Amino acid sequence: MPLSSPDVPADSLVDIDNVTFSYDRRTILKGISLTIPKGKVVAIMGGSGCGKTTLLRLIGGQIKPSKGEVRVAGRVVHELDSDGLYHLRRKMGMLFQFGALFTDMSVFDNVAFQMREHTELPESMIRDLVLMKLNAVGLRGAAKLMPSELSGGMARRVALARAIALDPVLMLYDEPFAGLDPISLGVIGKLIRDLNDALGATSIMVTHSVQESLRIVDYVYFVSEGKIVAEGTPAEITASAEPYVHQFVDGLPDGPVPFQYPAKPYTDELMGVRRA
Amino acid sequence: MLDWLEKRVRRLGEPVVNTMEKLGFGFRFLMAVLWHSGTSFRRPGLVIREVFFTGVLSLVIILVSGLFVGMVLGLQGYDTLVRFGASEALGVLVSLSLLRELGPVVAGLLFASRAGSAITAEIGMMKATEQLAAMEMMAVNPVARVVAPRFWAGVLSMPILAALFSAMGILGGYVVGVVLIGVDAGTFWSQMQAQVDLFNDVGNGLVKSVVFGVAVSIIAVFEGFDAPPTAEGVSGATTRTVVTSSLVILGLDFILTAFMFRGI
Repeated sequence: MPLSSPDVPADSLVDIDNVTFSYDRRTILKGISLTIPKGKVVAIMGGSGCGKTTLLRLIGGQIKPSKGEVRVAGRVVHELDSDGLYHLRRKMGMLFQFGALFTDMSVFDNVAFQMREHTELPESMIRDLVLMKLNAVGLRGAAKLMPSELSGGMARRVALARAIALDPVLMLYDEPFAGLDPISLGVIGKLIRDLNDALGATSIMVTHSVQESLRIVDYVYFVSEGKIVAEGTPAEITASAEPYVHQFVDGLPDGPVPFQYPAKPYTDELMGVRRA
Repeated sequence: MLDWLEKRVRRLGEPVVNTMEKLGFGFRFLMAVLWHSGTSFRRPGLVIREVFFTGVLSLVIILVSGLFVGMVLGLQGYDTLVRFGASEALGVLVSLSLLRELGPVVAGLLFASRAGSAITAEIGMMKATEQLAAMEMMAVNPVARVVAPRFWAGVLSMPILAALFSAMGILGGYVVGVVLIGVDAGTFWSQMQAQVDLFNDVGNGLVKSVVFGVAVSIIAVFEGFDAPPTAEGVSGATTRTVVTSSLVILGLDFILTAFMFRGI
């Protein structure tokens, strides 16, 4: 349930309207609706397997909703043909959970990849642009390294430089903080916020890193069992008495999300009550 | 009873349906690869790079195997021919065996094991580590950028490797027959020159190697692209590439041979 309306301008970049999504017979998203306003950093939080990465993939057009629609810049994503989808994706940048750097290319070539694929820029200009992007993430000196020579945090920063190569208007982050040490965590968080503001972009971040996210985002949606169960600004989320939010933010082992996986009564199990 | 029967029928039908589904998907995939091959022709550098990995790096195993197969053919061929007083036909036997059959088939099998498995593993790992998804999200079609160049590199490399295999085999036959056993060198080469037909023998061998190149390459890229994105999935796909390619090569070889040499 909403704690407040998003404190944002009326015009939104991404609209998710009553979206349902199922894999085979399993329903992942159950009629979800949310709005991502322009220029903001919005986090979508929830436990593992709650459907938040599915939401990101729907926005990127990698999968199609079973019902409802996802609109990016006013265009219904699943109705676009492949040319239209690729055209839209040129305006998006995505940071994958573990970077997804091309392992057969150097750091420099990874960042230059989109520029070489989508533009006719001369190599000298590409070189300057790549160094600028790498400088923005603090890794200009690592341009010649191969992905196998990078630490997890460095790989994530290179992937971030690659994602912003063509100055996207929409940035998608899939678990940007997963598996990082505290310093890298802080660096990535700061970069997400700073790059969003510097590029004038809009960012959607799927994550379950509560504290780090609340420090940098403008608005948070909580997803549980395929539905939005709470939303609000970081301050509202922190002060929330909503049981699910309270359990999630404070990392409590039991609550609305039970500790025990559904099973028949414990005593029945132990006392040998067997099925015929 | 009915349940039991239904289960049996389902168990019988499921692999058939799955195989048909996979064949259909494989055919559509081949069409997609051909459709998206424009990038490979516009940017030959992408294909040349893959020719290095699939072709050039397979040279050692192809050349060494070719040499030994030719040497064995020389030994076995001499042993048989000498009984009929036809040892001067050794050059013909070695060259025809290699050009018509062993060159394309053994080179194809080696190519599937060395390069095909590597292609599958590479594409499978790219999928497992989300590199293909990242490419998609960067509005770059992975079939055009990753799959098609590897496919065409395989198609280009295979006939060259088969030709080199045959050439090394003939050299091996020469070393054993002429240098070690003492068959007359002039007879060895002149008989070969007289009996080997450019169209029927060299040409048909070339056609076979091109067909095997297409088959191995499409199986390798398809298995990689279709691999479940897990360590187990990639290892299974790599194994399937080698097994399927080998069986397809042997099956196609029989069919092609039946068509090519039926009037001889």
